[in-house]
Amino acid sequence: MIKLDLPVHAIAHARAGDKGDVSNISLISYLDSGWDNIFNLATEEKVYEIFKHLGATKVQRFELPSLKALNFVIQSALGGGVNSSLRLDRHGKTLSSHLLHELILPISEDMIPSNSPYLKKFKG
Amino acid sequence: MIEKVFIGCGAGFSGDRFDASIPIVKEFKNINAPKYLMFEVLAERTLAIAQQFRLKNPEEGYSPFLDSYISPILDDCLENNIKIISNIGAANPMGAAKRILEIAKKQNTKKPTIGVVLGDDLLDYMSNDEILDSPTMEGLDFSNNKITAANVYLGAQPIAEALKKGADIVIVGRTVDSALALGPLLYEFKWKQNELDLIGSGTICGHLLECGAQVTGAYFADPGFKDVPDLANVGFPIAEVSQDGSFVITKPEETGGLVSKATVTEQLLYETHDPSNYLVPDVTADMTNLTLENNGKNRILVQGGKGKKSPEKLKATICCDNGFMGEAEISYAGPNALARAKLAGEVISERIQILGLQGQLRVEIIGAGSVHYSMNETSSYQLPENGDYRVRTSAIYPKKDQAQQMVDEVMSLYCCGPAAGGGGRGYVTPQSSTASILVNRDTVEPHIQIKII
Repeated sequence: MIKLDLPVHAIAHARAGDKGDVSNISLISYLDSGWDNIFNLATEEKVYEIFKHLGATKVQRFELPSLKALNFVIQSALGGGVNSSLRLDRHGKTLSSHLLHELILPISEDMIPSNSPYLKKFKG
Repeated sequence: MIEKVFIGCGAGFSGDRFDASIPIVKEFKNINAPKYLMFEVLAERTLAIAQQFRLKNPEEGYSPFLDSYISPILDDCLENNIKIISNIGAANPMGAAKRILEIAKKQNTKKPTIGVVLGDDLLDYMSNDEILDSPTMEGLDFSNNKITAANVYLGAQPIAEALKKGADIVIVGRTVDSALALGPLLYEFKWKQNELDLIGSGTICGHLLECGAQVTGAYFADPGFKDVPDLANVGFPIAEVSQDGSFVITKPEETGGLVSKATVTEQLLYETHDPSNYLVPDVTADMTNLTLENNGKNRILVQGGKGKKSPEKLKATICCDNGFMGEAEISYAGPNALARAKLAGEVISERIQILGLQGQLRVEIIGAGSVHYSMNETSSYQLPENGDYRVRTSAIYPKKDQAQQMVDEVMSLYCCGPAAGGGGRGYVTPQSSTASILVNRDTVEPHIQIKII
C-alpha cells in the first residue's frame, strides 16, 4: 500500500492541557489501523524537536494502548506558565494543533477516517 | 440499595455558560434516583483575585458569578431534590452560603440546608514563613513577595460529611475538582476509604466532568475532520454512576454536542501527566486499564478505573503579586503588510530600549504563527507578503506606569510607525504568580470544619 508523508492530523486528534510551566498533549488515533504507526513513530525525541524552539527541556511519553492514545508531558514549554508567560496563548492551548501539524508520519489510506479530506491526497 | 447516582456538571470554569445547567436540571426532573449538580468555577488565579475582594469587604470573596449560576436553577433543584455541589465559595465559602440563602429568600423557595466546608485557607493557621519553608513542587521563589493567597486542595470526604449532615447544597473553597463528584458518590454508595479502585473510578468520573462540555463535544470540533453537531447548543455532561464504580457519560436530550470514545479520551488526558498516577488528595487514580464502550447514542460506558494509596502530602497553591503586564496590538493589512508589521515590531523594540525599560519584551505577529512561534523564530507556515497581520507586544514590569509606557509606545505607531497601521489596542493588567507547595495532612486536617447553616 502506498504511504505518503503527511501531518499526523490525518490519522489522530489531540488536546493540550497545562499545569504551571508543563504542557501535556494527548495524541489519539482515530482508527485501530493507525495506532501501530503512532505508537511506533511518535517518539519522545520527535516531539522534543517540535517543541524545543519554545524552550522545552524534556518530553516524557505515556501510553494507553487500550484507548489508542499517547500522552506527551513537555517540560518548560509554556514560557513560564499561565501566570507569567508573555505569550498570547498563555496556557499553550493551541499547541495541540502544532503537534498535529509538525509531526509528519508515513501514512497509508487505510489509517485515515473515511470522511477525511486527507484521502484526496491519494487520488490521482 | 441505591443502584445509580446521577451527577451533572453545570460549569467547567469561572465564566462558563450561565444557562448550561438548565437542560441538566430539566432532564433530572424525570429521574428518580440521587441527583447532583456540580459547578466547577475556581481556577488557580481566581482564588487570589477573590482573596483581594474579601480583604476589601469581608462579606465578599466568593465567586462573582454566584448569582448567575445559582439563580436560574435554585428553585427547581430544591423542589426536585437535586443537590448542588460547588467550589463557588472561592475565598469565602460562608459568604457564598449566606448569599445563596438571600437568593432563596428573594425567590421565595423553600429554605435550603447549606453545608460549608472550611479549612483550605492556609493563611488562617500557617504563618508566611511556615508556608514559604514548605517543600516547593513548582513555581517561583516567593521569598521577597507578600503572599496574597495560600489554599490547600481538600478532598471529597468533607463534602460527603456535609451531605451526611443533611445538606441540600455543599459549598467549598479550594477542593480538588474531581471531589465535587466523588463526594456525593462516597456518601450515596458508602464507599470505604480502603476501596481504592472505587475511589479511583469516582475520581476519574469527576475528572471527566470537571471541565463541563469539554467531554461532550466542546473544544473538539475540527470542521471537515472532526465534526460536532449543533455546537452552539452543546449539552453539558451527565454521569450515571453505578455502585461498582463504572459509569456512563452522556448529556441531556435535545442538546447539541457529541459523546463518543474520542471526546471522552481527549478529556481523560486533559491536564493529566502520568495516567497511571493521577494524584488527588483522595487517591492515586490509575486510568491505564480503562475501557470505553458505546452504550447507545451519545452514551459511553467507562469501566476499569483503578486506585492506589493516596499521596502522603497535600498540594497547596500559593499566590503573590507579580507586577503589571502591558499588552498592545496594532494591525497592518494589504500589500506588503508582513514587512510593515515586522518593521513596526523593530521600532517598538528599539523605542523600549531608548526609554530604558528593563525586562523581557515579547514581539509577535498575529497571523504569522504568533501562538506557535514568535517574531524571532521561523514559522513553518508559508506566509504571504500581502495579508492581514497584527503586531502584538507584551512585557511584565514591577510598576504599573512602566507597563503603561510600553503600551503607549505601541499606540504612538499611529503617527510614528510604518504606513497604515490601525486598530491599536492596549491593556495593563495586574499579575499574580503562583507556586505549588506540599503540606502535611496533620497540619491541615484539624482545621477542616463542616458548618451547616
